[in-house]
Amino acid sequence: MRVLAQGTGQALATAAHGDADLVLVHDPEAEEEFIAQGHGIDRREIAWNDFIVVGPGADPAHVAGGHDAVAAFTAIAAASVPFVSRGDKSGTDALEHRLWRAAAIDPAIAGGGSWYRDIGGGMGAALNTAAAMDAYTLSDRGTWLSFGNKGALTILVEGDPRLLNRYDVILLDPQKHPEAKQRPARRFADWLASAAGQAAIGAYELNGEQLFHPSAAAPK
Amino acid sequence: MPVSELWAIFDTEGLWRIILLSLGVSLSATALAALFGAPLGAALAACPFPGRRILVVAANAFLGLPPVVVGLALYLLLSRSGPLGALGLLFTPGAMVLAQSVLALPIVTALVHAASADLWAEYGAALQADGATRLRAVPHLLAMGRLRLVTAVLAGFGRTVSEVGAILIVGGNIAGYTRTMTTAIVLETSKGNLSLALGLGLVLIGISIAVSATIFALRRQGRTVVVRGKLAAAILIGSAIFAGEASAPTRR
Repeated sequence: MRVLAQGTGQALATAAHGDADLVLVHDPEAEEEFIAQGHGIDRREIAWNDFIVVGPGADPAHVAGGHDAVAAFTAIAAASVPFVSRGDKSGTDALEHRLWRAAAIDPAIAGGGSWYRDIGGGMGAALNTAAAMDAYTLSDRGTWLSFGNKGALTILVEGDPRLLNRYDVILLDPQKHPEAKQRPARRFADWLASAAGQAAIGAYELNGEQLFHPSAAAPK
Repeated sequence: MPVSELWAIFDTEGLWRIILLSLGVSLSATALAALFGAPLGAALAACPFPGRRILVVAANAFLGLPPVVVGLALYLLLSRSGPLGALGLLFTPGAMVLAQSVLALPIVTALVHAASADLWAEYGAALQADGATRLRAVPHLLAMGRLRLVTAVLAGFGRTVSEVGAILIVGGNIAGYTRTMTTAIVLETSKGNLSLALGLGLVLIGISIAVSATIFALRRQGRTVVVRGKLAAAILIGSAIFAGEASAPTRR
């Protein structure tokens, strides 16, 4: 099995081109679009973790300890403090824009916009940039836990139900993508949802912290 | 960075695989670029034909060909939904070799052409008086311009061994399969493992210097033309074997 690591937007585009046999992604709206266009079938949730808002320890926007992501974003925009955005149509990026919409703020315009830094990059690049700029950013907990250059960044906001991050596995529709390797892909997807796969997902730890929570059996 | 951390790099899982793939891809691409580009460069100097001037201008213009654009173009060609999709080359080392050959070819061609044009201007008449047709003068031009030929090949190698944009796109940076030194450095940087990334960079520079010095040393023995051909063939065959071996465990 060959693993291509790409943001959700790019991953779904790669699969739509026929260059992947299976996708594991985390943007419900993009996934629904992918399936509606006839590319994907048999979408199954297999794990969840959560997103967090990280930022400089000095916390100029005073959002530390909060559990409301939208309120935190509003405070960050009001204080016009640097915020790094991935801007790459990834699942994380999609959630970030949903939160800005929920706050009824257009970050590119609010307060002159220069505090909002759209870097068009992956999570690692965003965290590196935020560490160097003393900026806030939205990150998934898994990447954050394994990230080696945190600098002065620290977790400031967590626990908002809107920050829930669900991972779904989607197979390619053989009608639209006949050359996709159906049997091995289905075998892997089935394993992910099976008791063994779910146990493996839950057992994965970094520095004693669990990164992903198995959720194939969870109520939708 | 403490020396102990540098040595720890050699414990990195799959480091040797990464190093071998880097060498395999960049040496193969350089060899291909040299095998096609060197005779082409010399022929462009010696043989007049319609369109020669355009090719010379193109070779020099493509010295500045952006690697990421070449990667993107090849991705569109090699994608399953693209014209060459049936080849199944996307996200394989073969696609990486192809991309880097395209990037190195103009370098070798343009530099060899520049050297050959000088030699042809000075010795062209003499070569033709000795009975060489223009085409048969090509190997002589290459032999006479040995030093600059080696420099041209080394310039091509420099381009391939340091390249990252194109091979990220057409290779996909797949662990154990299409991950090279340069793409591994990008990955470790994005994981925030800056010391490791820097260490990998130092290893890459060391390897690059070692290869360049070896090629240069072979030239000094004065058997370059013959050695170049055999070296290139050996590199190509060895890389093909390695690429075959590397892909075998992951084949279904």
